[in-house]
Amino acid sequence: MNTELLLQLLVNGVIVGTLYGVVAMCFVLIYKSTRVVNFAQGEFLLIGAWTCWWLLMKFELPFWFGFPLTLAFMVVFGIALQVIVLRPLIGEPIISVIMVTIGLSIFFQALMGLLFGHETKVYPQVFETSSINVLGMQVETAYILSMVISIFVMIAFYFFFKYSKTGLAMRATAFDQQVAQSLGISVKSVFAASWAISAVVSALAGIVIGMVNGVSSALSFFGIKVFPVVILGGLDSIVGSIVGGLIIGILENLAEFCDSQWLHIGNLYVIAPFYALVIILMVKPYGLFGTKDIERI
Amino acid sequence: MGENTALLQVENISLSFGGVKALQGVSFDVKSGELFSIIGPNGAGKTSMLNCISGRYHPQQGEIRFREQPITKLKPNQRCNLGIGRTFQNLALFNHMSVLDNIMVGRHHLLKNNFLTGGLYWFTGARREELEHRQQVEEIIDFLEIAHIRKAQAGTLSYGLRKRVELARAVALKPDLILLDEPMAGMNHEEKEDMARYIIDLNEEWGMTVVMIEHDMGVVMDLSHRVMVLDFGQRIAAGLPDEIMDNPLVKKAYLGEEDEQPSEESAGVGEVA
Ligand SMILES: Nc1ncnc2c1ncn2[C@@H]1O[C@H](COP(=O)(O)OP(=O)(O)OP(=O)(O)O)[C@@H](O)[C@H]1O
Ligand SMILES: [Mg+2]
Repeated sequence: MNTELLLQLLVNGVIVGTLYGVVAMCFVLIYKSTRVVNFAQGEFLLIGAWTCWWLLMKFELPFWFGFPLTLAFMVVFGIALQVIVLRPLIGEPIISVIMVTIGLSIFFQALMGLLFGHETKVYPQVFETSSINVLGMQVETAYILSMVISIFVMIAFYFFFKYSKTGLAMRATAFDQQVAQSLGISVKSVFAASWAISAVVSALAGIVIGMVNGVSSALSFFGIKVFPVVILGGLDSIVGSIVGGLIIGILENLAEFCDSQWLHIGNLYVIAPFYALVIILMVKPYGLFGTKDIERI
Repeated sequence: MGENTALLQVENISLSFGGVKALQGVSFDVKSGELFSIIGPNGAGKTSMLNCISGRYHPQQGEIRFREQPITKLKPNQRCNLGIGRTFQNLALFNHMSVLDNIMVGRHHLLKNNFLTGGLYWFTGARREELEHRQQVEEIIDFLEIAHIRKAQAGTLSYGLRKRVELARAVALKPDLILLDEPMAGMNHEEKEDMARYIIDLNEEWGMTVVMIEHDMGVVMDLSHRVMVLDFGQRIAAGLPDEIMDNPLVKKAYLGEEDEQPSEESAGVGEVA
């Protein structure tokens, strides 16, 4: 058995897993506060990564400037999307809203293809050294950055929900919109805020992945990976999405290991999470941390 | 009781759900500093009336004014910001949050700075604001005697305590008008007495105008300055507690003799100017 490869893959799993966790958190954030299942989550990564790439390549902006500019754009984008597309749908059947987010997903993918082409494009060199040595293993600097950013985002989420006015309002709205409103909370602003935050943080993840793998429509596949993650963690649990992300990330890489060492199927890496998805739905339909819907009479 | 101006004016409100006429042309007003009760049999439209005032329901007809400003078209959160707070008939606490967080949500619309406690406040200058809010929240906690459960998760508390926490959350809004939907339902005698004392204090010492729905007649007659009676969505009487007790229409509504609709006399029985 090739322990070095195994170790390398496990490290990859943890790094990719935390990124899955971050994207899943964004998905859960929207689901929790607005009850919308956002099938266009992956496109947020794509749009963020392309926007940043475009600013860096076309305008030759330095990274420290292009990066925050992209995030600022994503705030506006998230709010605009909620106000223009989703707000008019409030009160419509949930299935219509899901159809709209699927439509958005297809639309944005096509639009990005039209604007930026279909080949993978690489980011300009952001770091001086492309990889550093951690405990005897070569780890890409961008991966380290990704880890740092992911952990930072998770801690920021924690503080935001625990100690900020908007975070408190979001938790209250997630629990009961009517009651939140009667306590002076503007549900509309809470909705807009959750789309904005979700878009920004997803874009952050998109840029990080783009720096490692290059930008291409493959990025939006992350949005689909989110489903096994949130189904595992529970659709409405932030903590669950982090744990779920880690598990799926590691599972994927273990599958890759078994595949390359013994099975030689060739793409177990891609499909393993979805096998997991099916199994989880059978044994624990509400996920590890999700709350069961209790019928009220 | 202070000045005699009407804080809340409700004019000719009608509300229906499909074929169900929950409210039919109900009018009344509540003066500043008053403790006003709405009573009536089950399904009479009491909660619906409260929901129209707080903005949860939108009546098809009529107008509601708060401090002489029409509020009928405003959203619940806008009405809250004007100074109308409420509690719910079926407990509506944020069960997964601590008691303190529940009360802080009530404080929400008064907070200017986005960050409350924690590592961030010295960056944002929120510290002084935070201290002020803490102080007022502490005052409310002391007043309602819930200091011992401040850190507890709201959903784990006993029914009586949850009712109290819900009141605390509404008081934290600092409303001028507080709407209480059956604040004592399901309580034992002792808890009811406590609650009655809190409501009187809120009215007399904290200066809040109170509109209360309550089924316990003893409590209503003891606490209220004025009482309005609803039956089948119509106002059948309004006046001082004693007058209401003696009103034959009210007796009839409560005994459930509905041979004749009490509509023609509904206009102003027992009304006091
Ligand atoms: N959201 C709603 N949808 C449909 N019908 C409603 C709704 N809310 C209230 N009603 C109806 O309106 C009428 C008045 O109800 P309401 O809850 O105001 O009564 P109530 O006086 O508060 O009664 P209770 O003492 O039982 O609380 C009832 O017939 C009720 O079924
Ligand atoms: Mg009621």
